[in-house]
Amino acid sequence: MSAVRSLHVVKSEPEGQAMSTPKPMIRVEGLAKRFPSAAGKGDTEIFGDVWFNVAKGEFVCLIGHSGCGKTTLLNILAGLDRASDGVLIVDDKEVTGTSLDRAVVFQHHALMPWMSAIGNVAFAVESRWPGWSREKVRAHCQKYLDMVHLTGSEEKRPAQLSGGMKQRVGIARAFSIEPKTLLMDEPFSALDALTRGSLQEELLTICRTTEQTVFMITHDIDEALLLADRIILMTNGPDARICEIIENTLPRSRTRSDMHTHENYYPLRNHLIEFLVNRSKRFKDEVSAATYDPKAPPVIRPSAASFADTAPSSRRSSA
Amino acid sequence: MLKSTNVRAFLLSMLMLVLFLGAWHIWVEQQKGPAVDMDPEYAKLMGITAKGGSAMPGPLDVGRSLWGHITDPFYDKGPNDKGIGIQLAYSIARVLTGFLLAAAIAIPIGFVIGMSPVFRQAFDPFVQVLKPVSPLAWMPLALYTIKDSGTSSVFVIFICSIWPMLINTAFGVASVRREWINVARTLEVSAPRMAWRVILPAAAPTILTGMRISIGIAWLVIVAAEMLVGGTGIGYFVWNEWNNLSITGVISSIIFIGVIGMLLDLILASAARLVEYAE
Repeated sequence: MSAVRSLHVVKSEPEGQAMSTPKPMIRVEGLAKRFPSAAGKGDTEIFGDVWFNVAKGEFVCLIGHSGCGKTTLLNILAGLDRASDGVLIVDDKEVTGTSLDRAVVFQHHALMPWMSAIGNVAFAVESRWPGWSREKVRAHCQKYLDMVHLTGSEEKRPAQLSGGMKQRVGIARAFSIEPKTLLMDEPFSALDALTRGSLQEELLTICRTTEQTVFMITHDIDEALLLADRIILMTNGPDARICEIIENTLPRSRTRSDMHTHENYYPLRNHLIEFLVNRSKRFKDEVSAATYDPKAPPVIRPSAASFADTAPSSRRSSA
Repeated sequence: MLKSTNVRAFLLSMLMLVLFLGAWHIWVEQQKGPAVDMDPEYAKLMGITAKGGSAMPGPLDVGRSLWGHITDPFYDKGPNDKGIGIQLAYSIARVLTGFLLAAAIAIPIGFVIGMSPVFRQAFDPFVQVLKPVSPLAWMPLALYTIKDSGTSSVFVIFICSIWPMLINTAFGVASVRREWINVARTLEVSAPRMAWRVILPAAAPTILTGMRISIGIAWLVIVAAEMLVGGTGIGYFVWNEWNNLSITGVISSIIFIGVIGMLLDLILASAARLVEYAE
């Protein structure tokens, strides 16, 4: 496949239009979070002026260093934390608290250790549908435990499960309440590389079949490239901002085993590494120098073609 | 390996027991010296002590006395001569009544204190001042207001059991992992369901620890309380045996008090195992 052809393929890919649909599932408008500063005078802004959308059925990853407020941002999306400024609209309703429509997969599985695997899922299902009979709840839970390949481990307590299995229960619990959006806070960061890889693939399969809208926080570039349709790059905190939004130019049929053979893989990966290693620190200069608009951060589509032209900021011309 | 450890520990325990009983026996035997120079009539009146020995019984005497108590624990020959089973039953009933009343009040209040930082700070000065007060100091006040010695002992047990349960419940509830509460919040769980399904099971091991401390203290205090108020109970029994100068009876009751205290703790320990969870 030549570089030129790949550019052509990239241009005509349909999922790029998903983000320009008129009613996105999640709309983040000017979100900011400030804490009283340790020095006592004024507030420290963790992040500010954060604007982005997540379309229905889209998988969006947010990448940034520790300390840029990633988890705080996700907690605000979940309704567990309040923003200091800005508006958050999910499914045309302003978020004012937690909701069963927004399921969360926590970084450290957050399973209740006194309940069995199926008990943890049932706790969620009973909260979602309080009127359901015991049998119906159990059948529903079983379906989702089967989905994450935990058949046979239903009655085990979390302490008897491996790290990967615990997070599988966490994922089953989140999917079992059939949420409109799924929020994931570095769900695989505590797992070893092999377990992480297989869980990523399972998540990819599940999300593709259920067309789940997902917003996920990660600091793993390959994870983001495999799973995400778009990747939001956040600069270092305090005063973190969205630097730019990367559209994934890898084909949607990508898998973990063949992803790295695609010619767009290294341009994308290099762009992300360059951001994490260098640009995330000195982005403040870019903001002041360029015509940076926080409401519409630059959208970048790194590909073999753009890489060849040494024009990393080439924007997608409207098809 | 575990079995051999158990066996070795058991043999060592037995060895220590035998050594202790042997030393005790020899020591008591040596006290029984030859008769001192004394008027024979007077010596007859003094009995065993006339020989220069003491009323200190040996392990065999205590064993005989224990066997007597075990074979006939529930006799009742008037207010000053009741079987040890009856006396222990009085004490256990008082301890359990006071302890359960304390649990019924301490656990809900501890729950509220643990949930709310405002309540915690508001309750703190009272708890800090009342906790170090010896429960027996409440006794005169209890006797004056309640006017019944048995109920006053129950009140003293109540007062001494309440603090460990209150403090442990508050601590257990306050230190429930944030992420479990966050899970429940994202599931829009109602407050009673949150308390019952998340906070209570999460705090249960800490609450049970508080209950174990409480029942241990209660069993310590009941002996002293019953010595004070008299009438019935194991504390009164011990004091009565002392007044009778029956050291054998005193030592037997010490052993009974120890065994019952151990059983009370074992019951709560097995209850604690039911609510324990490994993370």
